[in-house]
Amino acid sequence: MTTTDITTAAARGRALPVTDLSLVVLIGASGSGKSTFARRHFKPTEVISSDFCRGLVADDENDQSASRDAFDVLHYIAGKRLAAGRRTVVDATSVQQEARRQLIDLARQHDVLPIAIVLDVPEEVCAERNAARTDRADMPRRVIRRHTRELRRSLRHLEREGFRKVHVLRGVEEVEHATVVTEKRFNDLTHLTGPFDVIGDVHGCSSELEALLGKLGYADGVHPEGRTAVFVGDLVDRGPDSPGVLRRVMAMVKSGNALCVPGNHENKFGRYLKGRKVQLTHGLAETVEQMEGESEEFRAEVREFVEGLVSHYVLDGGSLVVCHAGLPEKYHGRTSGRVRSHALYGDTTGETDEFGLPVRYPWAEDYRGRAAVVYGHTPVPEATWLNNTICLDTGAVFGGKLTALRWPERELVDVPAERVWYEPVRPLRTEAPGGHEGRPLDLADVHGRRVVETRHMGRVAVREENAAAALEVMSRFALDPRLLPYLPPTMAPTATSQLDGYLEHPVEAFARYEQDGVARVVCEEKHMGSRAVALVCRDAGVAAGRFGAAGGGTGSLYTRTGRPFFDDADVTEEILGRLRTAAGEAGLWDDLETDWLLLDAELMPWSLKASGLLRTQYAAVGAAAGAVFPPALAALEGAAARGVDVGELLTRQRERASAAAGFTDAYRRYCWTTDGLEGVRLAPFQILAVQGRSLAALPHDRQLALIDRMVEHDATGLLRTTRRLYVDTADAESVRAGVDWWLEMTGRGGEGMVVKPVDALARDGAGRLVQPGIKCRGREYLRIVYGPEYTRPENLARLRSRFLGHKQSLALREYALGLEALDRLADGEPLWRVHEPVFAVLALESEPVDPRL
Amino acid sequence: MFLTISTTGSAQRPATDLGHLLHKHPEKAQAFSTSYGTAHVLYPEADAERCTAALLLEVDAVALVRRGKGKGRGGAPDAALAQYVNDRPYAASSLLAVALGSVFSSAMRGVCKARPELPDTPRPLRIEVPALPARGGADLVRRLFEPLGWTVGAEPVPLDTEFPGWGDSRYIRLTLRATDLTLAEALRHLYVLLPVLDDAKHYWVSPDEVDKLLRAGDGWLAGHPERELITRRYLSHRWSLTRQAKERLELVRLAEADDSEVEDFDNAVEPEAEDEEKPTPLAVRRREAILGVLRASGAARVLDLGCGQGQLVQALLKDPAFTEIVGVDVSMRALTIASRRLKLDRMGERQASRVTLLQGSLAYTDKRLKGYDAAVLSEVIEHLDLPRLPALEYAVFGAARPRTVCVTTPNVEYNVRWESLPAGHVRHGDHRFEWTREEFRGWARTVAERHGYAVEFLPVGPDDPEVGPPTQMAVFQLGTPKEAKAA
Repeated sequence: MTTTDITTAAARGRALPVTDLSLVVLIGASGSGKSTFARRHFKPTEVISSDFCRGLVADDENDQSASRDAFDVLHYIAGKRLAAGRRTVVDATSVQQEARRQLIDLARQHDVLPIAIVLDVPEEVCAERNAARTDRADMPRRVIRRHTRELRRSLRHLEREGFRKVHVLRGVEEVEHATVVTEKRFNDLTHLTGPFDVIGDVHGCSSELEALLGKLGYADGVHPEGRTAVFVGDLVDRGPDSPGVLRRVMAMVKSGNALCVPGNHENKFGRYLKGRKVQLTHGLAETVEQMEGESEEFRAEVREFVEGLVSHYVLDGGSLVVCHAGLPEKYHGRTSGRVRSHALYGDTTGETDEFGLPVRYPWAEDYRGRAAVVYGHTPVPEATWLNNTICLDTGAVFGGKLTALRWPERELVDVPAERVWYEPVRPLRTEAPGGHEGRPLDLADVHGRRVVETRHMGRVAVREENAAAALEVMSRFALDPRLLPYLPPTMAPTATSQLDGYLEHPVEAFARYEQDGVARVVCEEKHMGSRAVALVCRDAGVAAGRFGAAGGGTGSLYTRTGRPFFDDADVTEEILGRLRTAAGEAGLWDDLETDWLLLDAELMPWSLKASGLLRTQYAAVGAAAGAVFPPALAALEGAAARGVDVGELLTRQRERASAAAGFTDAYRRYCWTTDGLEGVRLAPFQILAVQGRSLAALPHDRQLALIDRMVEHDATGLLRTTRRLYVDTADAESVRAGVDWWLEMTGRGGEGMVVKPVDALARDGAGRLVQPGIKCRGREYLRIVYGPEYTRPENLARLRSRFLGHKQSLALREYALGLEALDRLADGEPLWRVHEPVFAVLALESEPVDPRL
Repeated sequence: MFLTISTTGSAQRPATDLGHLLHKHPEKAQAFSTSYGTAHVLYPEADAERCTAALLLEVDAVALVRRGKGKGRGGAPDAALAQYVNDRPYAASSLLAVALGSVFSSAMRGVCKARPELPDTPRPLRIEVPALPARGGADLVRRLFEPLGWTVGAEPVPLDTEFPGWGDSRYIRLTLRATDLTLAEALRHLYVLLPVLDDAKHYWVSPDEVDKLLRAGDGWLAGHPERELITRRYLSHRWSLTRQAKERLELVRLAEADDSEVEDFDNAVEPEAEDEEKPTPLAVRRREAILGVLRASGAARVLDLGCGQGQLVQALLKDPAFTEIVGVDVSMRALTIASRRLKLDRMGERQASRVTLLQGSLAYTDKRLKGYDAAVLSEVIEHLDLPRLPALEYAVFGAARPRTVCVTTPNVEYNVRWESLPAGHVRHGDHRFEWTREEFRGWARTVAERHGYAVEFLPVGPDDPEVGPPTQMAVFQLGTPKEAKAA
């Protein structure tokens, strides 16, 4: 610093560096100007004063008897802010060591830096200021004197108490002119967006490192496209050329082509270089030996390099965290001893395994963070993602391979080890740390009120009581979540028709889509059966490998609440087998480059699954009507024959009897007897997802073409095609054809049709999702829903005042959740992330909405 | 919605006296408006020899659904679909009984101003109800009417003649004949017994009507051999339905979404178990055995996983050695009943601080369950589908890891000793499996080994030399040295 600088600095006053995420403790006697200082240098919301908290709990900012409660409140608020990652300034005298200790503990608890700013102002000044304030005028002088005395006594040991920065401002002048300069944390590199190549544990394998860098496209440590290498640590020990690795990495870091976080091996090596006494074990001896040929200058450079390493980095806007041994989310971007320790060594359970090595706590299993955590430390045979974390230590030094992860591409690049450089104490585990088979999801992922972030519709909320019902069904009746990657959304009916005799009619559906700017729609025949989702894998190996299916199963076939369709697993396998054969014969595996399919379908007959309901509800109503009308009509006819005037009543009862017969006819059309799979029909109508891709946005004409191929190649008669008609919503002729088609189909007893935008995933002019489908149910079919006599004019008139708003909103929310599940599944996201929207769909299905819609 | 009442007579005692008794003229068709629709009375035949009165209630199905609605989300009716497509407009339900009571109220009271002697005179009566909903079937219909002096014809109506395999419906074509009953008695029998047989979820019956129903039982109900059943069916439906309907609606909706019956989903609590607890001797033995194990283990903080209606929690509360008792169940209904049973809302603070009821699921790991001394899974595992058992296993033994775990489950070998249990049947509708002793022990030993527990087995109930005890119990202890070595 030049003399001029000092002068200017003095004129400006002192600049106090304060870390952006820290707990700032102002220390000073009553009247020393803390509140004024805080107001001037910090945001009002950053500052919590003890006076304010006294006021909160006691209606009086100076009520000293309320101090204990007031500080409880202060600590509570400060804790909440720090947990959320917000800098917090405590405005209290804090002249007593005990008061400061509590605040330092709080900072440590939240892994942020405690910083002290001392306002050392003469006692007289404090007293004058207090006297000028009406609310403090009667504060005894001895209180201020005691504060000042305690403050002076504290000054010497503030750093020892644990404050990581201590700024002492002496006198009114210095307090007056000081400025606060916000500093970023060292680990905060969120502004760097890469792209990055994160490289796993090298352990002195210099030759493999050079090969990998070459494969990644680096030439002499520089990438032509400006990519940045990021080393996860453990550059040294065990391998043949640790100095060579250090030389390369240090040069890249120095020239800005690489970043590096420390591993536990650097840490120990650093202590060795500083002359500390360390045991030359775990491959350190080799490094020490290799370093003997190096110059003192190089040793000093290495020492400085190792000392300067930051425990972990938060990169790319917060979406990437790199550290050596993994890091739970609450430690990301934090600064404390235990954060550093976890970053370097990971967490252990306290137990040791059969090889005498510490058992590592499976932190990645619990990980639910948004940022990807890329780390090393524990050698694994293959780098695999687990809950958005990945371990890149693929044991190069043990004869495995050296692995890099391209970010944001998420591509793995590796080179094999040239040989086994070092014998491992234990064989490489066959699974990523913590990635154990069959471990269930955590209740915290689904329980209680939740908000699910969806890419197509933003936040979708799930209420507590609905989550509770879903938990019961999901736990007691549903399939294993791994085999349940999707649940179908509900669908809204068309707006109510005003046409004589109709409650629903397709005209409104076409009009709705035209209004939403959807020109082309497809009308798909609605199969009256039970909704079924089929997960079809190419073989049992795929089912086990990709979905964790046990016992040789090849997929799943389930209902809209996630229950297996058939109690008998053999029947399910038979259906999956037929689907698999059809898909294979149709060439879908190759064309779609996948070894599994997720299908949305309708399984018929309705009576197969709904037989209980049919008997207790539908057939029962028909039976009662069938039993009661003949004698009732006979009685009326008898009275009429006697000359009693029953004219209108008799006519009406005849109409009712015929409506009831219509009802029985209506449900009978969807019932037939089956024997095994004899008589069972499956009509797939959408391929939801395949390996690596959600097909939810694939236009329906192309969808149906794929499905037609499957149906054509099914020799067993199981699969049924879905009839369809394309309609141009702006063309009156085309709309009329659509209506005629519906009239013809429902006239023959069909359930009706679903109108969908051909483009599948459509948005309206304002960019909002439009309904993915609108159902138009047939006049006769609706008897099953609205009761046998709903078509009577007086009934229709009342039924027309139905409210579709909630159903439409529900359909859209469930649709967005379904899309989200498919996207997460396709992206290979962790199971809990796929399960979350699936569970939410089930929960929303228990929302109160008119069940007839 | 329809029934006929006939009588026979002679010139001296003309059958048409029926018109006087009913206060309805045989030559007219009359309409009366009632709470649930219009009731019509007319006579298909009326002369001195034979006279038949017909009561036809036109239930307004749409209005029935809309009754009491119109609030909440956009006025959308929030109810089970079962209410929309139902038999009320056709079956002789409680609604018909209500209409009967209002249209023939004087007749039911036995009042006839014009001919005061008529009501007290018995006469030959024939009543026909073509569609009588009867839970309990023809047999119960006979048991209810025969003791009252009726000759009963009860013929079940088939569900659907096109699907003979579906069997009979719950409707009975009922014919009642009697010679020494008065019309007033007959009407009061119908007024009470139609709803008893219907036994439906009549959400719309208001409480004061139940009082009226009970008044109608005066004079015959007290001496009826099925008195208890008759009263119980009334009372249970009167007060529990409105409240419970609320509790289970979320599950009702999920069942509907799946085209399933509500009972398929909302079956965590047995209907009978709810009203009154009559513990079976085996249940008592089981609880005693569990308490014994827990006391011996020295546990103070105990989890009851799958606590159901809280019987074990209640027993644990009585022993101060258990300082913290957590009952966990996945069924909100079970927890509500448990809370009611324990009277949690009225419990003293100190006692209440010992007990917590939580909704939880053993298909998921749960951090709230870590760190307890002991966990009980009494008659729980058999309610899980076998493929999901590994999840429970990990959630309990891998994640929660209590020091002691006590698991009980039925011993299927013993089922041959239950006389009432048909061969090959499980003991409870929701049992997904029942294990032999060997199967259970095999599972328990594998679990113990995998998670570092020692396990021993205890019988609960009489230990039959051939088939073993009715209930089998496994007690797991964490990290017993002997077992650790074996692992």
